[in-house]
Amino acid sequence: MKKQLKIVVLAKQVPDTRNVGKDAMTAEGTVNRAALPAIFNPEDLNALEAALQLKDMTEGSTVQVLTMGPLRAADIIRDAMYRGADGGYLLSGREFAGSDTLATSYALSCALKQIKPDVIVAGRQAIDGDTAQVGPQVAQKLDLPQVTYTEEIVELKESSIVVKRRLENGFEVVECPIPLVMTVNGSAKECRPQNARRVMKYKHALTKSEVAAAADSLSAELVGKKEYLQIVELSAQDVNPDMAQLGLSGSPTKVKKIENVVFQAKESKRLTGSDSDINELMVELIASHTLG
Amino acid sequence: MANFFSDNKDLQFHLQHPLMRKIVELKERNFADKDLYDYAPQNFEDAMDSYRKVLEITGEVCGEVIAANAESVDHEGPRVENDHVIYAEGTQRNLEAITAAGLSGMTLPRKYDGLNFPLICFVMANEMVARGDAGFENIWGLQDCAETLNEFASEEIKQKFLPWVSAGATCAMDLTEPDAGSDLGAVMLKATWSEEKQTWLLNGVKRFITNGDGEVSLVLARTEEGTTDARGLSMLVYDKRDGGVKVRRIENKLGIKGSPTCELVFTNAPAQLVGDRKMGLIKYVMSLMNAARLGIGAQSTGLCEAAYREALKYAHEREQFGKSIIKFAAISEILSNMKAKLQGARALLYETARFVEIYKQYTHISHERSLEPEERQEMKFYNRLADAFTPLVKLFSSEYANQLAYDSIQIHGGSGYMKEYTCERLYRDARIMNIYEGTSQLQVVAAINGVTKGTFLEQIARYEELEFSAEMQPVVEQLKALREKFEAMVAHVESKEKECAGYKEFHARRLVETAGHLIISFLLARQASECADYVNSAKIFTKMAASKIEEAYSYVMNSPVEDVALFKAVETEE
Repeated sequence: MKKQLKIVVLAKQVPDTRNVGKDAMTAEGTVNRAALPAIFNPEDLNALEAALQLKDMTEGSTVQVLTMGPLRAADIIRDAMYRGADGGYLLSGREFAGSDTLATSYALSCALKQIKPDVIVAGRQAIDGDTAQVGPQVAQKLDLPQVTYTEEIVELKESSIVVKRRLENGFEVVECPIPLVMTVNGSAKECRPQNARRVMKYKHALTKSEVAAAADSLSAELVGKKEYLQIVELSAQDVNPDMAQLGLSGSPTKVKKIENVVFQAKESKRLTGSDSDINELMVELIASHTLG
Repeated sequence: MANFFSDNKDLQFHLQHPLMRKIVELKERNFADKDLYDYAPQNFEDAMDSYRKVLEITGEVCGEVIAANAESVDHEGPRVENDHVIYAEGTQRNLEAITAAGLSGMTLPRKYDGLNFPLICFVMANEMVARGDAGFENIWGLQDCAETLNEFASEEIKQKFLPWVSAGATCAMDLTEPDAGSDLGAVMLKATWSEEKQTWLLNGVKRFITNGDGEVSLVLARTEEGTTDARGLSMLVYDKRDGGVKVRRIENKLGIKGSPTCELVFTNAPAQLVGDRKMGLIKYVMSLMNAARLGIGAQSTGLCEAAYREALKYAHEREQFGKSIIKFAAISEILSNMKAKLQGARALLYETARFVEIYKQYTHISHERSLEPEERQEMKFYNRLADAFTPLVKLFSSEYANQLAYDSIQIHGGSGYMKEYTCERLYRDARIMNIYEGTSQLQVVAAINGVTKGTFLEQIARYEELEFSAEMQPVVEQLKALREKFEAMVAHVESKEKECAGYKEFHARRLVETAGHLIISFLLARQASECADYVNSAKIFTKMAASKIEEAYSYVMNSPVEDVALFKAVETEE
């Protein structure tokens, strides 16, 4: 009998930068959030699937989602519940505004110290920042071993997990003791879809702020009756942090300037289908690391 | 992200119909399940919200998974290995996605793990699946076999099979045999009771069985030894896990290639009786067939949607003589007619689904308690409409699927004839739709009663009483004049029939099609009065209907009784 696991998925609601149109940026050079729909960060969905697979391997295990963000980020917690998560925590408050990766990982680690999970699973990186730092920083702050670039969970053992990691030129299989932090690659298994029965069961799930905003709604009434519909909302005070390390004051990263780089061909070269021309092209592409 | 529900305003419109309130209340029995199941709705608005959310999931699975796999499934197809079907890889992935999304057992009661959704939602889901891949719609849509079990089987059988279907088991209905196609009374597959094994044993051959290797099969078999007609046939249910059925071959078809059409050999295959003996064809197959015909209506409408969208997209993209081809009148006319037919087919589909739904819900309720006199009357009323409209939906939507697939290729020009374009597959897939589950010719036979017994005209009179917008008034006036022509045709045919038996049969298709053209026009005019999006289609469809009705009128009214013999003369040709 394997140990029941308490699994937490770190997830982020991000603007959908995959289909960026002309109006994606404001005149001031910041992200125009109105033009970009807020979505579940894609690699966090891979992380959720990995967590759900671990849950499927041991009866009685639970999966919770932890996200830091504005109140509307509760949407991704509900989304995760529709796909198989048992519930979630929303870490929200103005103290967190303006966090860079350091302040984010600090805030998350404060919350995680209270939640005390066995396994923390995060997506490799978010599509808005592309840093891939938050997962590893959380591991560091909690003094936990970490496995990055997870592609597949090979085996769950009594007190360790065997993981296949995707590397640049291949893969490696590692075994890591529990508790641990895993970050999951986009090449891992795609997340299972929302499930009809779960959607109907969890669609009324709300945070306490959402309940307060719609006190007369059916959902608010049901949240009062059914505990599984309560999404835990944590404020800064709730996680007992050093306030100076939160938000802008805890963020050493300063964006000095954003430049829009447009690639354009300055010179062209004509190649024929001859062996020597193809050979020349191959050498050039390998030298420029476009291939290989 | 492609989502076949979110991107389809027409589907969303039909979910908003005023009759939905009544339908939901009947289906939910005044929300009796609300404290028993954590996913049951609390009230009407809650139920509608759940339908929308689940249809959005369905739309996403259809758009992102099923449609994406359609081409490879069409090329790969299923195969037989060790007497069983192996689906194409894409088909397996589709089934996994559908099961993970929990979309099986959509209409079944919650006590059998079903979603307890109205038929309307199931029809919408079928339509979206078919838009992605018509062949896969057969495999998924056959879950409505479970509805027949739910209606007629014993509690023991329901407990055994229905939760399995809700968990994703696929079904088949094993009716056709080499010598029993349209004439199912000739079925010979033998069922004999084994005292020793305390079960029925099936022996014989079935042919052209869609998804014949499904987990749960409803089998029409001869339980009464020595009989040769419909009265000796019963319905049995076979569990694949019990063994005894081998797939001898899979047919190599023109289209819907992902859907395995099987020849099955039964050798002492154990099976359980569904309902009463001898009622197999007379009662249960008729129920099964009506559901299946509505299913083909949904499949055909889904294909119309795909064909129209492919054509519209190409007409915008393709440039000739310095402009998009949609700018040419010849092309925009084809597209406008396609859209009107698509929206017309859908209007008729959901009108019919509502009739079937209410009638079926009263039937179910009548098994739980005796109906009040007014409920009984309402059940009869909707039963009559459902019986008349179901063959009409099958006839019109399947013919339109073929016409739209044809038009879609025409708009693509030479490219559309190539395998690279989706419209080529749609054209092949559509071709079966006006053939299986009863050919168009048989739908006319089933629908002609609606003409001669006045069901269609009574319903048209009700449509005429509805409120229409000022813009639709001229359309409605025109339709009233056309309705008078229809009445004249019916009277003419009835009187000539007395002179010459066979006259009515000869003109049946013209009469049924006229009724259908009128009904669809009225439905679109009504929708146009509610929502401006339908104004053009209502006008365009009525124009087309008027010319078709004028043609039929002219043909019928100028047809002497000698025409019957004239068209029978070919019988003597060798």
